[in-house]
Amino acid sequence: MSSTTNYILHLADDALIMSQRLSEWTGHGPVLEQDIAMTNIALDYMGQARNFYQYAASLLGGNTTEDSLAMLRKEQEFKNHLLVELPNGDWAQSVLKVYFFSAYQKCLMQQLLDCSDEQVRGIAEKSLKEVQYHLRWSREWVTRLGDGTAESHQRLLHALDHTWMFTAELFEQPGYHAGWVNYEEIKFYWREELAQTFTEATLEMPSQSAFQTGGLEGKHTEHIGYLLAEMQYLQRVYPNSQW
Amino acid sequence: MVVAINISLATVQEILDHVVDPEIPVVTIAEMGILRTVHAIQDETGMLFEIVITPTYSGCPAMDMIATQIRMAMLENDIKNFRIKTVLSPAWTTDWMSDVAKEKLRSYGIAPPVGNSTDAASQLPVHICCPQCGSTQTELVSAFSSTACKALYTCKQCLEPFDYFKCH
Repeated sequence: MSSTTNYILHLADDALIMSQRLSEWTGHGPVLEQDIAMTNIALDYMGQARNFYQYAASLLGGNTTEDSLAMLRKEQEFKNHLLVELPNGDWAQSVLKVYFFSAYQKCLMQQLLDCSDEQVRGIAEKSLKEVQYHLRWSREWVTRLGDGTAESHQRLLHALDHTWMFTAELFEQPGYHAGWVNYEEIKFYWREELAQTFTEATLEMPSQSAFQTGGLEGKHTEHIGYLLAEMQYLQRVYPNSQW
Repeated sequence: MVVAINISLATVQEILDHVVDPEIPVVTIAEMGILRTVHAIQDETGMLFEIVITPTYSGCPAMDMIATQIRMAMLENDIKNFRIKTVLSPAWTTDWMSDVAKEKLRSYGIAPPVGNSTDAASQLPVHICCPQCGSTQTELVSAFSSTACKALYTCKQCLEPFDYFKCH
């Protein structure tokens, strides 16, 4: 498999796993409107995932389809960041995850707008509009919780404690990259974005510098196995089933 | 297969002009800007019509339904030599919605998008008119609503909640 195809699968996997995780909020949001918000964001990620998988399938040819890529690969074959597969935790953990990922994705998609691949440019152009909306929504939540009550502030601190160690992987260049993205630039932008929001949210930037990584190469946390077991169950038990 | 060779492009366009948005059935996919173009092309099987559509949002679940409705409309008119192509670029924007479509949305109870899409991504506009009573005394309830393309507002004048079609 070419570097480019692997890289497109990496982008697709991030969107799919993000979508699957956030969709677990369906029916469990703190209030109806925010339940709908979270699941609408999940739907956007599902669309992004489909666009990338369809393109990867067309590059791979043969019997490969968007569905076989999503539903019939094993956990070691998934190339998503560890951050996106983490369990949702409480609302603070979930919105912080969406915030971290959206800030990363905004800069990523902006760079992909200028890449050499026409189809990827098209997907990025489409996705960027959605990502900006996710960023705005999640930024508001981070500010609201951080600068809210003693409990909401505490919850956000706990979420930060829990999530921070998975953030540096966002700026790691995968071994199979296609040369489209400057990860140093993403890191710079991401930290700028956070510095501003954290000030408003009365949070301090963590100084912790030990980070977890491995997802890009298929070395995952234990959590993804459970996620895939649930997501792929139907297709594994009833192969080729459709509706 | 019987191929209707004497069907004109204008006829196809007219057929497609009647295909409505499955989620907002008062507007057509042409008025929404979802239907991008239709042209007659030649391939190895002969002449066929290529119908180009684009999604409003990446994950819009209505796209499969829209493609099915197009297929049905064409087949009902005995046209079989066509294919549907989905394109992503240029990305759909509410700027493509016609004034007619916006007015139809309003009378249907959905506040149409306000402003230009270029600066819309980072913020929601301040003044959204209530589609029921026209008041500007409205407030955002949720940045997300019944579909990916809408936000939820409520009118402080008539107290009715309503959907706002986000500028995108």
